[in-house]
This record gives sequence, structure tokens and C-alpha cells, in this order.
Amino acid sequence: MGMKKKHFERRHLVELFMKTLMRIALVIVAGALGLILWTIISRGFPAMSWEMVSQSPKGGFYMGKEGGVLNAIIGSLYLGAGSTLLAIFFSLPIALYLKTYLGDSKWGEYVRLSLDVLWGIPSIVYGAFGFTLMIAFGLRASLLAGIIVLALIELPIMTRAMDEVIRRMPADLEHAALALGSTKLEVALRVVTRQMLPGITTAILLAFGRGIGDAASVLFTAGYTDRIVNSLTRPTASLPLAVFFQLGSPYPEVQQRGYAAALILTIIVLAVSLGSRWLSARLNKYTVK
Amino acid sequence: MDTHIQVKNLNVYYGKQQALKGINIEIPKKQITVIMGPSGCGKTTLLKTFNRFLELTDGAQITGEVLVDGENIYDQEVDVTEVRKVVGLLAQRPSPLPMSIYENIAYGMHIHKMKKDRSEYKAAVRHYLEIAGLWEEVHKRLHDPATSLSIGQQQRLCLARGLAVEPEIILGDEPTSALDPISSQNIESRLLDLKQQYTTVIVTHTLRQAKRLADYVIYMYLGEVIEAGPAKEVFTNPKHERTKQYLEGLF
Repeated sequence: MGMKKKHFERRHLVELFMKTLMRIALVIVAGALGLILWTIISRGFPAMSWEMVSQSPKGGFYMGKEGGVLNAIIGSLYLGAGSTLLAIFFSLPIALYLKTYLGDSKWGEYVRLSLDVLWGIPSIVYGAFGFTLMIAFGLRASLLAGIIVLALIELPIMTRAMDEVIRRMPADLEHAALALGSTKLEVALRVVTRQMLPGITTAILLAFGRGIGDAASVLFTAGYTDRIVNSLTRPTASLPLAVFFQLGSPYPEVQQRGYAAALILTIIVLAVSLGSRWLSARLNKYTVK
Repeated sequence: MDTHIQVKNLNVYYGKQQALKGINIEIPKKQITVIMGPSGCGKTTLLKTFNRFLELTDGAQITGEVLVDGENIYDQEVDVTEVRKVVGLLAQRPSPLPMSIYENIAYGMHIHKMKKDRSEYKAAVRHYLEIAGLWEEVHKRLHDPATSLSIGQQQRLCLARGLAVEPEIILGDEPTSALDPISSQNIESRLLDLKQQYTTVIVTHTLRQAKRLADYVIYMYLGEVIEAGPAKEVFTNPKHERTKQYLEGLF
């Protein structure tokens, strides 16, 4: 019986064709990513200097030709950290409640559907919603308003991501804990969170990355300023808006600052991504595979 | 016979299908009872009614009573977590909790607040690991993940963990079927050692294991109890034809 390769057999040709298509797709995606990174790095890097990351803009409003984007860096870190912490406060209990008490029931599906819809709402709509609330309460643009709106955006993302992870909980583990006389709450808090810690961390950092990079929602709610924010009730600069405003100016020095802000934002998100992978690996120590 | 568990008119339905039909049996205290029968006869279903695990399956309906020392565990006033403290389960596949070896054993004692301080917990963890025959092998690495143990060691860990909540009854759902012969023998000898302190009920599909372990035997077929009695009687002089056939290996 001849088992030599039949190169021109139809199904092998089809496989070769598909492999080639997949490779082309991979090249396009990697190429696009590379091109984006290249543009940001090549234009932002020349503008990077110690002043850029350690000073606020000088010489008149954000269009000033000197100084850096420290106001935006600090502002974004405050916005990102504040909103993520606020979102965790709600997301983790909701995700655990979904798992423990709602499971796959009708109500559970309604909650998941609502979260999916909220996830899909464009961030400028959240921004408009936040703005309307601010007018109704007579508030001005502030760090706090920005934190609240970003937390609203992050909440469905974080909750759904956590939910997806928690749903994969091996039933054996839960049963083992229940067999010892645990209440459902004890199983959720002592066993599920331990087992799902890497996944939960990833969910949190995913939402953080989304929040820190959002421009449309902070546009009306957090405002903008060329000073470093020092109170929850004052407006704050943010990196996405720094990019937006500065790229739109006619001065090349200001535009350069815009690219630098974009580069800094990319670096922050990259660091968070890598950090989340590292942390997940560390937290994997006790999980049951 | 000193009865520990009494089952009265127990019927179990999975949706429209009836899995257990009119069960009326008694489980003797401080002996090893083996529930045996061919696949699908309902032995695991019956076992799971003893620690109210059946409720975890969607669509399972139970009628009748299961009395432990005269108290109906299905009564509305009864706390299911207390039932599961009194009736422990050793599952077929070892499931260590996602924690260290030490924390696995201490888990049950923590949730039921059974000890006063750290030194009491440490002493108790050591005690139960010794009973399960695991202390020598793990005492130098108590804070390693429980998943780093071999499967036979994990099952012994699960046994120690279950004993740590001081149950009166130990249920075993084919506790050695996932293990290699040496680990199986290990678990079997542990169970034999423990039989004077705990009432043990084991489900097995291996007749040989039943013969090695049983003091009391319950034979089931298609959701009904065909015969129940002391092991010596049932194995040497079965009263029902079906039991005879099963023992002779006809099916």
C-alpha cells in the first residue's frame, strides 16, 4: 500500500489554501499593530524627556509650548485607580451573587443580558448621562464625576469578565466544600475567590485598561485643566484628552506633546497587561487545575 | 441491631423518572454497610439522600423520610449545613480545595468554629493527618499546595479533611475507583481501622471490595432494595433470586 504524500489530493490543497489565508490574516493583524506602535513611538519618542513626565504645561493654557504632561499622567492614574476600585466594590459581589444564588436561572440570564447591553453602550453616551446628572445636581466638572462615570463604564466589563471566569468553577470543588457543611456564602468567599483569583485579577485589569483609555466619557465630566489635580471636586486633565486637544492644535511643539501623551498612555496599558499576566501566574499556586 | 440511619418510604424522582422506589431500610451504627448492585440501580442516588446532596441536582424531588438518630434530616427546621457536618462524604474523585495541605484540613474546623486558637488548630491538623496515614509524608510541607500531592495522597487528604469536622457517619461514593491498587488498599485499611468510631456507608460496584469491607450489605436493583442483611448471611445464603444471580456474577 503506497503511503507517500499525495500533494495534489483535493483535501490537502484545501488545507494548504486555508493555512495560507490564516497566515495572511496573522500578518495583517500583526502588521497593523506594528504600524500603530511604530507611529506612536516614532513621533512620541523624540518628545520624551524628563520635563515631559515631570512637569505640567507652561506658558498659558494647555497649548503652552513648554513643560510636559504630568497633569494628564497623574489625572489619568487617579481616574483609573479610583474608578476601578469603585467598580470592584460592586462587580465582585454581583459576580459572586450571580454564581451563588442566581446560577443559570431566568433572573441570572436577565442580569447577564443587562450587563451585556450596558457593555455595548458607547462611552460618549455614558459621558452625556454623567453630564446630565451633573447639571441636575448643580455640580461642576470634577475628578469625582470622572471617577463615577468611568466606574459605570467599567462595571459591566468587569462583572461579565468575572462572571465568565467564575462560571468555569469545577463543580467538584464546590461539592467538596459543601460536603463539609459550608454555607453557599462560605463557598463563594472562601473557595470560589481563591480558585478564581487569577481570572478575577485579569478581569479587573481588563476593565482598568478600558477605563484609563477612555476619552468620550471624561470629556464633559472630568473637564480639563493644565494643573495637577489636588482635590476630588476640581477638574482634572487625562491622557486621552491630552492627546485629543494637543494633536488638534496648530503648534508643532504642542502636537509633539500629544504624541508623547499617546506613547505614555500606551506604555501604561502595556505595563498593566504584562503585569496582569505575571500576577495571574503568581496567583496560580494553589488553584486546582 | 443499633440503628443509626432509618429510611422510611423514600422515593426519588429526576423529573418524570423515578430513580428510587419505596426504600425502607436501616443502617447499623458503627459498622461498615456496603450498598451494592449493577450500574444504574440507584446506589449513589440513595447515598446522596443521606447528606442531602441530592438537592444540588436540578429537578430532583424527594418524598419520604431519612432519620439520623431519630431526627428527620429533611425536616423544614433542620439546618442542612449541620446535616453535612454530621454526615461526611468521601467522593469518587479526590477534590482538594485550592489551598495548602494545612488549610484543607483546617477548612472545616474554621467554618464550624471548632477550635479556639492557632495551636489547637495545628494539633488537630496533625491528628487527622496521622489518622489518614499522611502525616509522615507531608509534615515537612504543610504549606505546599494540596494539588502537589499524588492522587492516592489526595484521597487520604480528603478523608482527613472530612474527619476533621467530627462527623458521626462517613459516606463513601466509590472512594477507591479512581485510585491505583496500592492507594485503594490504603484507603480500605483506613476505613477498616475507623469502623469502630464511625458508621460507614460505602457504595461500590466491585463485589470483591464489598466482600472485603462489609459488615452489613444492601443489594439494589433498578431503584429498589432487593435484599439487606448482615454480610455473612447475604453473601453465603442470599434469599432472593436476583441477589443470587448478582453474587454469581451473572450480571
